Amino acid sequence: MIDYKKFLKEYDGRSIKIMEVCGTHTAEIAHNGISGMLSENINLVSGPGCPVCVTVTAYIDKLIELSKNPNNVIATFGDMLRVTGKSQNLNDVRAMGADIQMVYSPMDMLKFAAADKTKTFIFAAVGFETTTPVYALLLEEAIKNGITNIKLLTSLKTMPAVIDWVCAKKGGIDGFLAPGHVSVITGSQIFNEISEKHNIPFAVSGFNGEQILAALCALVKSCGKPNVINLYPSVVTEEGNQKAQKLVEKYFSHCDAAWRGMSVIKNSGMMLKDEYLNFDAGSVELITDQVHNPKCRCAHILIGSLKPYECPLFGKECTPQSQQGACMVSTEGSCYNYYINKR
Amino acid sequence: MKITMAHGSGGKATSDLIKNIFAKHLHNPVLARMEDSAVVKGANIIAMTTDSFVVTPLFFKGGDIGKLAVCGTVNDLAMSGAVPKYLTCGFILEESADTDDIERIVISMAMTAIEAGVIFVAGDTKVIEGKGGIYLNTSGVGFLSGNENISSANCKQGDVVILSGNLGDHHATILSARMNITNSIESDCAPLNEITKKLLENSIRIKFMRDVTRGGLATVLNEFAVSSKCCIMLQEEHIPVLEQVRGFCDILGLDPIYMGNEGKMVSIVAREDAQKALDIIRSCRYGENAAIVGEVISGEENTVLMKTSVGGTRIVPELFGESLPRIC
Repeated sequence: MIDYKKFLKEYDGRSIKIMEVCGTHTAEIAHNGISGMLSENINLVSGPGCPVCVTVTAYIDKLIELSKNPNNVIATFGDMLRVTGKSQNLNDVRAMGADIQMVYSPMDMLKFAAADKTKTFIFAAVGFETTTPVYALLLEEAIKNGITNIKLLTSLKTMPAVIDWVCAKKGGIDGFLAPGHVSVITGSQIFNEISEKHNIPFAVSGFNGEQILAALCALVKSCGKPNVINLYPSVVTEEGNQKAQKLVEKYFSHCDAAWRGMSVIKNSGMMLKDEYLNFDAGSVELITDQVHNPKCRCAHILIGSLKPYECPLFGKECTPQSQQGACMVSTEGSCYNYYINKR
Repeated sequence: MKITMAHGSGGKATSDLIKNIFAKHLHNPVLARMEDSAVVKGANIIAMTTDSFVVTPLFFKGGDIGKLAVCGTVNDLAMSGAVPKYLTCGFILEESADTDDIERIVISMAMTAIEAGVIFVAGDTKVIEGKGGIYLNTSGVGFLSGNENISSANCKQGDVVILSGNLGDHHATILSARMNITNSIESDCAPLNEITKKLLENSIRIKFMRDVTRGGLATVLNEFAVSSKCCIMLQEEHIPVLEQVRGFCDILGLDPIYMGNEGKMVSIVAREDAQKALDIIRSCRYGENAAIVGEVISGEENTVLMKTSVGGTRIVPELFGESLPRIC
């Protein structure tokens, strides 16, 4: 272990940029103080892997609109409560009386919906490949139990297309710390094609400090070469969780998706299949992206071409108490992490 | 029996409630006088505090709202160096609250008060419309001799940060109960006045004492760093956290240093007194896992830093907003 640390601290090769794609990696890198353990020739950049951060304004506004119908109950993961749409966030409308529930598992919806059939329970279904199987399972159970008052407002994203998009933008990324959670479901194979296409190494890594350091070390050593290194073999296989993949395929199909500040990226999302659209709360309309503050540089930050502190709003108009861009909202967001850790 | 609006009317139902539950379990000569206000012996200098309790669920592993209401106020008094003496209690009961629950809570308050060496000298009950909720307020008075030596003014480099035990137990217990997660985690809810009393009796040079409640250790230490214009360096690997709590936090994306506790305190003491203070705290009933977790260093003022287990250093900011579980 000492060798990794020594290698990373004393690296004096050409200056390289490594992107961590997953928000949990962003948070753990900050939490472990890893940036300060690296040579100044190794730069870490936070990518578009926080599902809350990449959710477009129109999606939040749609949730707010739905919450104003007294027959609707909105259920969401905690982080989403703080994301501002055009002018409000879900916390604001909750304070004005909207029924918005923070839940820890989408499966809680089954209990809620069975208990009150007069209400429609709408889940803010955001997430990557990691979370989509849970939504599929929710629908599977709802159908099995004849529950019809559950709907999803989906903003589901997939990793390979957006990583390909980041590479094509030529932000100068030399290697990717691949998302461990996503890889558990998809398998490490999903990165093979992009790795070959762009001559870039991927390291699939776990989330503790030692694992991240080991992965960074492997990436620095592999720079400029296509390579998919699985350093998380205890939970990530080449093929991934096929049962989960099949469940997702049953209910969802691939689609183009809007990413906050990054416009619409082809084939980078998932939505309910036509035969299950009765479970959809209006996701189909959400194909555009509008950045509410034109000075917000979330898009550049998410692809790694700007550091958070290079955004004109960072630390001024945009702070964790008053977020302008989504990167400042989630505890996994790159701006939030830079701000609170002065990284 | 269920509480009705009649229990708040001031009539027979109210006096029965007082007689059969409150007076029955909290009795003492002062309360027995049932005057409009308690008249008690005092001290030249007193500490006084108040706190309200709205926890859900009312009963949880390791405690309940009653125990919490006694410990919370006792600990606030103790942290200012006072010897807690008298408490008052206000109950706000929603219609349909269960009197068996109320009695369980009052018995718990009585037992905790005995342990903490305080008596209830006054109380009040109100009934409001609702769905059976129970809310408490306690106020407390503690005595000070005037010789307590607690001063952040002379805080200096080398002073040592001592934590009285594991972080996050209470917060994890409450969250587990709300999420229907079964585990072995128990609230740490406990009175800390034995610890503060012994530290003061042994003339430990205390720069700062605070119970580590909402906002957690990170928030408490940030407040101190700002008020005393100092820099604190914590050692991540020395911060005691139960294995089960750490696992629970990892799953939900929570950080133990931001989690609320109800029976933990942090103190900053002169370096020369550190070992003695640690031994004293460890000898107390609720301090056996106490540890030295950091020190005051020469660094950027108003800042708390953490040396991480892997060897990095990071800033430990105060808590921003609500600590929300992360999404994935």
